[in-house]
Amino acid sequence: MSFLEYAPAPESTAILNLKSEYGLFLDGEFVDGSGEVFDTISPATEEVIARIAQADASDVDRAVAAARRAYERTWSRMSGSDRGKYLFRIARLVQERSRELAVAESLDNGKPIRETRDVDVPLVAAWFFYYAGWADKLEYAGAGPNPRSLGVAAQVVPWNFPLLMLAWKIAPALAAGNTVVIKPAETTSLTAMLFAEILQQAELPAGVVNIVTGPGATGQALVTHDDVNKVAFTGSTGVGRMIARQVAGTNKKLTLELGGKAANIVFDDAAIDQAVEGIVNGIFFNQGHVCCAGSRLLVQENIHDEVVDKLKYRLSTLRLGDPLDKNTDIGAINSAAQLERIRTLSDTGESEGAERWQLDCTIPEKGFWFRPTIFTRVSAAHTIAREEIFGPVLSVLTFRTPDEAIAKANNTPYGLSAGIWTEKASRMLAVADRLRAGVVWANTFNKFDPASPFGGYKESGYGREGGRQGLAAYLESAGWEAPAAIMASAASATTTAAGGRKKTTKKAVAK
Amino acid sequence: MTIDHPVALAPAERAVRLLGGDLTEKALALHLDGLAGVDAVGLEQRAAGLATRSIKTSSKAWALDTIIRTCDLTTLEGADTPGKVRSLVAKAVTPDATDPTTPRVAAVCVYGDMVPYAVEALGSAHGDPDAGLVSVAAVATAFPSGRASLEIKLADTRDAVASGADEIDMVIDRGAFLSGRYGMVFDQIVAVKEACRRADGTYAHLKVILETGELVTYDNVKRASWLSILAGADFIKTSTGKVSPAATLPVTLLMLEVIRDWHRLTGEKVGMKPAGGIRSSKDAVRYLVTVAETVGEEWLTPHLWRFGASSLVNDVLLQRQKLRTGHYSGPDYVTVD
Repeated sequence: MSFLEYAPAPESTAILNLKSEYGLFLDGEFVDGSGEVFDTISPATEEVIARIAQADASDVDRAVAAARRAYERTWSRMSGSDRGKYLFRIARLVQERSRELAVAESLDNGKPIRETRDVDVPLVAAWFFYYAGWADKLEYAGAGPNPRSLGVAAQVVPWNFPLLMLAWKIAPALAAGNTVVIKPAETTSLTAMLFAEILQQAELPAGVVNIVTGPGATGQALVTHDDVNKVAFTGSTGVGRMIARQVAGTNKKLTLELGGKAANIVFDDAAIDQAVEGIVNGIFFNQGHVCCAGSRLLVQENIHDEVVDKLKYRLSTLRLGDPLDKNTDIGAINSAAQLERIRTLSDTGESEGAERWQLDCTIPEKGFWFRPTIFTRVSAAHTIAREEIFGPVLSVLTFRTPDEAIAKANNTPYGLSAGIWTEKASRMLAVADRLRAGVVWANTFNKFDPASPFGGYKESGYGREGGRQGLAAYLESAGWEAPAAIMASAASATTTAAGGRKKTTKKAVAK
Repeated sequence: MTIDHPVALAPAERAVRLLGGDLTEKALALHLDGLAGVDAVGLEQRAAGLATRSIKTSSKAWALDTIIRTCDLTTLEGADTPGKVRSLVAKAVTPDATDPTTPRVAAVCVYGDMVPYAVEALGSAHGDPDAGLVSVAAVATAFPSGRASLEIKLADTRDAVASGADEIDMVIDRGAFLSGRYGMVFDQIVAVKEACRRADGTYAHLKVILETGELVTYDNVKRASWLSILAGADFIKTSTGKVSPAATLPVTLLMLEVIRDWHRLTGEKVGMKPAGGIRSSKDAVRYLVTVAETVGEEWLTPHLWRFGASSLVNDVLLQRQKLRTGHYSGPDYVTVD
C-alpha cells in the first residue's frame, strides 16, 4: 500500500439543506424570475445541484426599484453605527454557517474544500467585520467631511471566488450607506442564494441587498439601468471594456477589476524552497482561476534549472480530484467553456514552440479537469506569455539582470499584481517601486486582507477594492457635490470643513 | 585563518567529494554561507499546509503502525535505573499485550551507562528493526550540553559502543557553531563517527543532534544540517529534548529539505529524527505526511526515519485500539512504564 494514496477523506454534504430551485432575492423575499429557469451543475460531476431563476430586464427593474426605495426610506437615513450592527451580524452568521458555505461553494464552483474552508469563507467573514467597523467612521475614508453615499450600486461578480467577490462588493457598499443589486456569475449562483438566507436571518431591511441571477444579458440590463448610481464589475477585460463604454457619459461611478498576467520574479538570492511554494500557490491556487495569478514565472537564468526541477518535484505531490475531499489540492475547472479555453491556449503554447510538462495524474471520468501544467522555453512573444489563460498553466521565462526582469514584468497590457522573491531587502524595495502593478507581493503570493487595497493598472481595470480606498469608491465628497448644503447644515463646523478642503487643494497643487 | 595558513579539516569522504580534496575550514564556510536563505514565514506556512492533510481509515492504520515501528522509545533521566530501563525494554518489545499484531518500536534510547542493562533485558529481541528486533541507541558526547573536551566525548562514545549500543546520538558543539567555528564542529563529528567504529570494523549508526532550539534561526539549522551531513552523519536529529522548543514541524520540514537536496545531488539517503515534544498521534501523523511529501515515503522505515519520544507510543496505542474496537478506551488500558 502506498501511504501517499491517502484514503478518501470526504467532507460530508449532510450539512447542506439545499432547495431544488432558487428564485431571485428581491426586496427581502425569494421570488420567481421572468426568464427561463436554468440548472447549476457541479463541475466535478456534471450533476445538477439546483435550478436557478433567470432575471430579465423587468426583474432587474423591480430589483433596482426595491434598492432605490430601501435607499431612500431606510438605509441612507440609518446611522452609521446601526448599519455597522447589521454588517457585524452578517459577519457572525457567515462564521456560524461557514462549513455549510464552504461545502456549497466547493460543490458549485469545483474548488477544493480546503480552500473554501481555509481561505474563501474566512475572508468573507473578515471583509464584513472590517467594513462593519468603518460604517460609523466614514469621515476618515478620504472623501472629506460628511461624505455621502452614492445611492444604488449595480454589482456584477465572477465565478472564480463567488461568495468572496460578493463580499468584496457588498460589504463596502453597505458600510458607506448604499443599497445593492448584485448579479452572481451564471455558473455559480448557489452561495449567493445561501447568503440571501443569511440576510434574512440577519433581518437586514428589505431591499438593501437584492440578488438577480442569470447570464450576461441580466448583468447588462443591470449595469445599463438608468437608476443605478454606481457600477462595480469584476471579470474579464473584454466585458469590462464593454461596460466602460456603456457607462461612459452617464453619472454612474465605475470601478473595474479585470484580468491579469502577473509576473512572479525569482532572483537567484531567493529562499528557493519557499519561492517554489510561492510559485505553486501563485498559479495553482484555485486551479489558476485567479485574476492576480502569478502566471508568468520570471526566473533568473542561472537558477532556472534548479527552480524548474524543484517545481516539478513539488507538483508531483499535488492531488487532483474530488473537490470535497479534504486532501484535494487541485479541483475541477469551473465550466466546459473555460476548460476549452485553457486547452486551446495550451495547444497554442505547444505549437508556438514552448515545451509542455504536465502532472501525471488520474483524471476523473466525469467533470471538467485540467492537469497542472508548466511551459518552459517560453519567450515574451509567445501567446501563452501574453494572454490570460485563467487556468493551472504556468509559463516560465528567464531574465539576466534586475532591469531586464522589471522590463519583462511590465511588458504586458495588464498590471494587476506581481511577485518578487529575494532575500535582499534593498532589491525587493527597489524592484517593487518600478513594477507597474496594483499589488506587489514580496516573498509571498496571493495574500488577501480586507485592510489592503486591491486593484489594477492599465487593462487590469481601475478603482481599488479593500481598505479605506475600497470604501471611497462608494462615497462622494459632500463638499464637491453640494457645497451649499454643507454650509447650511453645519454652520458651526463650516470653518473646519472649508479649511480641510482648502488643505486638500493645496496638497494637490504642491504635488 | 589566512590563505597562507588554511585550517585543514578531517577528510570526511562526503565533504571531500563536494568541496574538493584539500578540505579547509574556509571551503566549508564558503559552502555553508552560500546556501540559499530560508524564509521563515514561507517555511512555517508550508508546514501548516502539510498539517492540514486528513489521514483517515486505512491510511491512519498504516500511519499508526509506522509511528510505533519508527519510534526510539526514550528515557533520559538523571533518575534512570536498571529497573526503569528493563521496564522500558519490556514496553519496546511488547507495546500492547492485548494486541499481538502491534509492531515493536525501532529502538530504546538511553544514557551510555544504561546500555548494558538495555542489551541484557532485550536478550534475543536485540537487533535490526528491519528484522522485527529492537536496537539500542545511546546518547553520548556529554549529552545534552556537549560541554566537555573532545577526549571525554570520544571516550563517552567508545564506551557506549563497546557496551553494545547500535546507534549513537551525539550532540554538536552549539557554542562553536554559533561563534563561527564550523571547522571545529565538523572535525568533532568526524572524530565521533570514527569512535563509533567497532572492533570488527563495522560502525554504530551516528545520529547528529543539532539542538535546533539553541541554534534559533532557520538559516542556522540549514547550515548545521549541511555541515552534519558533510561530516558523515547517518541521521540528523533536531533536539535533545532538554531544550525548548524541541522538534517542530517547520524545523523538521527544513531538515528534510536538506536531506532531499543531498539525495538529489548524490543519491545518498540520510535519516531524520525529530525528538522532543511530539506527544500525540495526530501530531506524529503530520510528521509522516511531511516526510512522505518532502523526501518520499520510502524514507518511512526505521533506517531513515525515527521519532524520539517517551509518551507518544501510549497515545498511538489508544488510537490503535480505537481503530480496532471502534471506541476509545482510556489511559488505564495502556501500560505506564
